[in-house]
Amino acid sequence: MNKLDRALIRELQKGLPLVSRPFQTIAQKLQISEAEVLARVQELIDRGVIRRFGAAVRHQDLGYVANAMVVWPVPDERVREAGRIMASFPGVTHCYERVRAPGWPYNLYTVIHGRTEEECRETAARIAAAAGVDDYQILFSTAELKKSSMKYFVEG
Amino acid sequence: MLDELDKRLLNLVQTRLPVAPEPYRELAQELGVAEEEVIARLRRLIEAKVIRRLGAIFDSRKVGYKGTLCALKVPPERIAGVAAEVNRYPGVTHNYLRNHEYNMWFTILAGSEARLNEIVAEIKGRTGIDECLLLPAVNIFKIRVNFDLA
Repeated sequence: MNKLDRALIRELQKGLPLVSRPFQTIAQKLQISEAEVLARVQELIDRGVIRRFGAAVRHQDLGYVANAMVVWPVPDERVREAGRIMASFPGVTHCYERVRAPGWPYNLYTVIHGRTEEECRETAARIAAAAGVDDYQILFSTAELKKSSMKYFVEG
Repeated sequence: MLDELDKRLLNLVQTRLPVAPEPYRELAQELGVAEEEVIARLRRLIEAKVIRRLGAIFDSRKVGYKGTLCALKVPPERIAGVAAEVNRYPGVTHNYLRNHEYNMWFTILAGSEARLNEIVAEIKGRTGIDECLLLPAVNIFKIRVNFDLA
């Protein structure tokens, strides 16, 4: 990540300016051309540094109020297959493999968003059947204590 | 409340905002409305916090940051105080209470592995809570953050 990339990321994470030529606004701040900003943004997308160029929406406002994290202990040799199956469910928004911890045998994590807790439980049961993993725990969120967007390259 | 045009606009911008000189004009053309209408509605949706971020959503690992999921066992009467200690770090981006003996679950992002470990050590030190799971990701199978509004 060079200096210009970092400066561009710092600008982009403020949110795309709401003006007719937003990339022009960023270009003026970075003292480069609008065409160069567009090319660099596209390059960051192509490299996967920008995962998505769009809007992040608060799903609670859209009626998806229940958020369940389901943790699964899966043998290492089955993790990839199980992970792919779990990820294919539309109700699953996140699916990660994580390291196990002492006394904590779970290594696959799925986040399920639903309109009710019951809907999340049903989804978890269907995932269990499809992936062939019948041992799992559902942890429902009872309060959101913080949710923010990361600000990169602003503090050491 | 969201009207039909808000929903169509949100469905569209969740997946893709054009990387082009006049992105809002392109969205407007697709929706059959004026560019000013798109800009005004996006501004309103951001002010109403329906949209949390417009534009680039980054992959923290590819930006070069290190991260982990972290879980703590917090006595119920200490939740507010511990949450304040945890949430003061800008790198703590998500923090949820969950119905489990490990009841506080949060993510930490930092510019280096060393800084990440330092934050974890500080949180343990300041809160005196030692029962802590560190669960960094080794594989990401899916991140889907768009929701169908139809």
